[in-house]
Amino acid sequence: MSRTPFIVRFLGATPKQGWIAIAIAAAITLVLLPALHLLVPASSPFHVSAYVITLVGKIMCYAIVAVAMDLIWGYTGILSLGHGVFFALGGYAFGMYLMRQIGRDGSYQSDLPDFMVFLDWKALPWYWTGSDSFLWSLLLVLVVPALVALVFGFFAFRSRIKGVYFSIITQALTFAAMLFFFRNETGFGGNNGFTDFKRILGHSITAPEMRVTLFALTAAMLLGTLVLGRYLVTSKFGRVLAAIRDAESRVMFIGYNPLHYKLFIWTLSALLCGIAGALYVPQVGIINPGEMSPANSIEIAIWVAVGGRATLVGPVLGAFIVNLAKSFFTVAFPEYWLFFLGALFVVVTLWLPDGVVGLWRKLRNKGVAA
Amino acid sequence: MRHFFFALLMLCLSLAAHAALDPAAVRQLAAEESDDKIAAIQKLALTAEPDALALLQQLADGTLKDENGEDITINNRVRRELDGALAVLKLIDPDTKVRYKAVKEIATNVDAGMAPMLARARDRETEPKIRALLIEVHALATLKDADPQIRLAAAKALATSADPNTKALLKAQSEPANETEVDVRRAAFQSYLAVKDRLTLAETLGRIFSGLSLGSILLLAALGLAITYGVMGVINMAHGELLMIGAYATYGMQGLFRAHFPAHEDWYLLAAVPVAFFAAAAVGILLERTVIRWLYGRALETLLATWGLSLMLIQAARVIFGAQNVEVANPEWMSGGLEILPSIVLPLNRIVIVGFALFVLVLVWVLMNRTRLGMFVRAVTQNRGMAGCVGVPTGRIDTVAFALGAGIAGLGGVALSQIANVGPDMGQGYIVDSFMVVVLGGVGQLAGAVWAALGLGIVTKFIESWAGAVIAKIVVLVFIIMFIQKRPQGLFALKGRFVES
Amino acid sequence: MTAHTIDREQAWEDSTSIGHPLVQGEVDLSHNVILYLDNVTVSFDGFRALNALSLNIDAGELRCIIGPNGAGKTTMMDVITGKTRADRGKLFFGQTIDLRRMTEAEIAHAGIGRKFQKPTVFENLSVFENLELSMKMDKRARVSLFAWLDDDARDKVADTLRLIRLDGEAGRPAGLLSHGQKQWLEIGMLLMQDPKLLLLDEPVAGMTDDETARTGELFKSLAGKHSLVVVEHDMAFIEQLGGVVTVLHEGSVLAEGDLATVQNDQRVIEVYLGR
Repeated sequence: MSRTPFIVRFLGATPKQGWIAIAIAAAITLVLLPALHLLVPASSPFHVSAYVITLVGKIMCYAIVAVAMDLIWGYTGILSLGHGVFFALGGYAFGMYLMRQIGRDGSYQSDLPDFMVFLDWKALPWYWTGSDSFLWSLLLVLVVPALVALVFGFFAFRSRIKGVYFSIITQALTFAAMLFFFRNETGFGGNNGFTDFKRILGHSITAPEMRVTLFALTAAMLLGTLVLGRYLVTSKFGRVLAAIRDAESRVMFIGYNPLHYKLFIWTLSALLCGIAGALYVPQVGIINPGEMSPANSIEIAIWVAVGGRATLVGPVLGAFIVNLAKSFFTVAFPEYWLFFLGALFVVVTLWLPDGVVGLWRKLRNKGVAA
Repeated sequence: MRHFFFALLMLCLSLAAHAALDPAAVRQLAAEESDDKIAAIQKLALTAEPDALALLQQLADGTLKDENGEDITINNRVRRELDGALAVLKLIDPDTKVRYKAVKEIATNVDAGMAPMLARARDRETEPKIRALLIEVHALATLKDADPQIRLAAAKALATSADPNTKALLKAQSEPANETEVDVRRAAFQSYLAVKDRLTLAETLGRIFSGLSLGSILLLAALGLAITYGVMGVINMAHGELLMIGAYATYGMQGLFRAHFPAHEDWYLLAAVPVAFFAAAAVGILLERTVIRWLYGRALETLLATWGLSLMLIQAARVIFGAQNVEVANPEWMSGGLEILPSIVLPLNRIVIVGFALFVLVLVWVLMNRTRLGMFVRAVTQNRGMAGCVGVPTGRIDTVAFALGAGIAGLGGVALSQIANVGPDMGQGYIVDSFMVVVLGGVGQLAGAVWAALGLGIVTKFIESWAGAVIAKIVVLVFIIMFIQKRPQGLFALKGRFVES
Repeated sequence: MTAHTIDREQAWEDSTSIGHPLVQGEVDLSHNVILYLDNVTVSFDGFRALNALSLNIDAGELRCIIGPNGAGKTTMMDVITGKTRADRGKLFFGQTIDLRRMTEAEIAHAGIGRKFQKPTVFENLSVFENLELSMKMDKRARVSLFAWLDDDARDKVADTLRLIRLDGEAGRPAGLLSHGQKQWLEIGMLLMQDPKLLLLDEPVAGMTDDETARTGELFKSLAGKHSLVVVEHDMAFIEQLGGVVTVLHEGSVLAEGDLATVQNDQRVIEVYLGR
């Protein structure tokens, strides 16, 4: 038994039905939808429009964030109200590269991004060094959110800040970060952030092929995140996380150091958010400090709660349900969207503590019993 | 008509002649050349006679005619000169308020040519406060005089000033490049130091006051939370919206008074205090009864549910009052300021808010520590089961305590309506700040909240003075985050084995 | 910050008074003492929960601690396990391990296990998983990520399950157990840790007489190989255990000896038994 290769154990953590579902999802997102978008003419009723591809791609980015949130909140019991920071940091890190790829095609035909010309800056600030390199940007996407999370988490968890305290402090973190990025002097475009992207690796960002590529990458990332998450939560590591959620002091008294466990899952969660942010920015074409607003971060929690905490697949469903509803409402009844979202928060916490996945399980069990 | 005005002019002139106005100068006002007009204006102004003021005022108003009954026209250059002369002549107005205003006005734009006239006004002045100002302004006008003795006297006289411009002038006068006489330089330098010290003190006092004022606002925003979160442990993310309700209640009362009691409009604010309290408390009861009640002991769920409630309240405000900010005016008795030094004016509305914060604080303290309700609330929060056993109606106490916290938030909203924008989103800006105050002060500690709010206010204002508002806010947030690492229980911590960290 | 410097000073003084330098490491039982408290004081806002408490537990001993409420029994356990820091005094595990400088997890690793007054088990994990997590093994996060439960470990869990009579409940979430079963599960978790010293805070509260008797048998069988410190109010249970009894009062030791001796001690009767 102990000789089972790691890769077998890693993949074996996801049960057979899980793999079937993943295969179906992969077939749809990696083959079917791209094909329907690229190959079927726009006049055909089977054509999938750019709008749908972008919308689903965007929601899949949110779904990655939701799964990352589920790892830290659902499985470890730590509610972060600041995950928007990590998402936005990943987005900004990749956004810097996208800004540099604009080259001289901006409104001022300058080598500098437009907003710097507008501020009358003569050279790039030092932290933009290397931002024209794709690989360097990918490195930043992986390192910056994770590093911020690691440092913040280390201090917070070391002083045993827990529960609501931790939530409120993370909210202050994202609030402070938002104010910081709103400043023009910070060097990330202030209010307006980054937009008007043109190219990735020299290829047009608006080309259908690029759209489909980003879409497929996001889908693959989401499915990969689910497999990784499944392994983590079924490993001994995951059981220790659940134990921390139930009774942290007991975990310490049987010889585990919760700091390391929390710090690892917290940093990993931030890293996943950063990647999601980097995939999100080229698809929606904009990143600004609004992504760091406390309201955005707290909305992530509702995706997880709607789908069902500690279920991994639930948060994906939740992200889709809430964001599709948002797309629908903001077009059809814009003035009712906040009522709906607000009511959703209340209804889910009062009557649906386990989300739609929990509801489905309950109904299924009833069905079996009957 | 023409003749009438002409006659009026002649009358004026004759009166002026009696009052020893130089008729030549009066006639010269109608001269063709602007330079001549200006010379005449200056000459008349120097007389410092009330009649000269009347005459020049007519000229400024465009009602003065020449001997042929033609309007005397003036160009901008003349008008500028005329305005200066009018200001100077107001120095002899019988009304002390007018004189005071005039001397303040002249102080911002003093000219060497005004010196003789300022000296005359200074010698006539009997009001000590205005006289002191006149001495100063006269000194400013003579600081560049040709006579070293006069310059010396001026430099010495300016030691009592509290004006940043005077400070700069004195500094310049103490440099060899601008002043040949060593005595004058020494006097100017000594006066400069005196002014500098006075200004530093004034700035510090001003900053402490604006810090106190910000602290009072933070305290008003956070006091309600200190009850709902601090004492009851309910994480109410809709707290900011309760502030908003208080502010809109104030807006409503303003409208009501405008429509029905326009004569007493200024007193709408007093009426708004109880209305805001009960409006917010009523919404608080609604929230507690429908949602929060079912989530006691589940802090994270409460947080999410109340966030949802806050979104609905924001949208409701948008639907009812519109998405735009509404205008709430300061009552007359709250506008203006209290001048404690020439360079610092304390706005009255801020002073009123500091006082109001104190009032609310005392109210909360008395309610929590001196009433049966307060005792019940504390009993329930310390040991719910035991309190229930000795007959405290725990459920009703929860509702009342929450309503109280909400009502206090409504009072905070009244204060906010006087200094900040009133709009559907206004509450969102205060929720992080309010929580920071409560967390920094130590949960459940009223005294902690007070110190935390005032401390945060003053620290923010001092950082703002050299780093700007946004950086100050970020620095303060980072400071709180770091502080909580060190002392997770806040400034005023409970200790012992009953505290579960 | 200052606490650290004082600690170091104190450590140096301690080492000179004992006669050989102190290094952290294996439990040194050369003087047959497993736990050594000297002059330990803990105050909360002026209230002295422990007042110059001195206590020696011998290796392999089964010690019972009694005392009225607020005597400092739970605080004593908190101090030993690192949950609360002592303001003053010495606190050694064996001859060489200074407990005052260690975290909760380090203390647990060194070989001190604790059962809380209120049974705390991981309610959402199964009984099996509760025991599995408690098992003595490398408990670092990076190891847990790749840990794999081998057959030996499964056997060990199965043995303990039988011992605590929960072998039929292995798959149930621990939160669904009865109060007595939770007590047993927590004792089982303690045994899985294989500690040298067990601290048990009211282990038989909420158990039936039968369960209490079996717990007593279990504890007696553990003594010798392990050292046990049992805090209890149940005099019959203490009588069954039969070890040395220490009476705590107002944060320090009031009396010590076998049960009969302390029960006849006039001061003890006054503060505790007489009531």
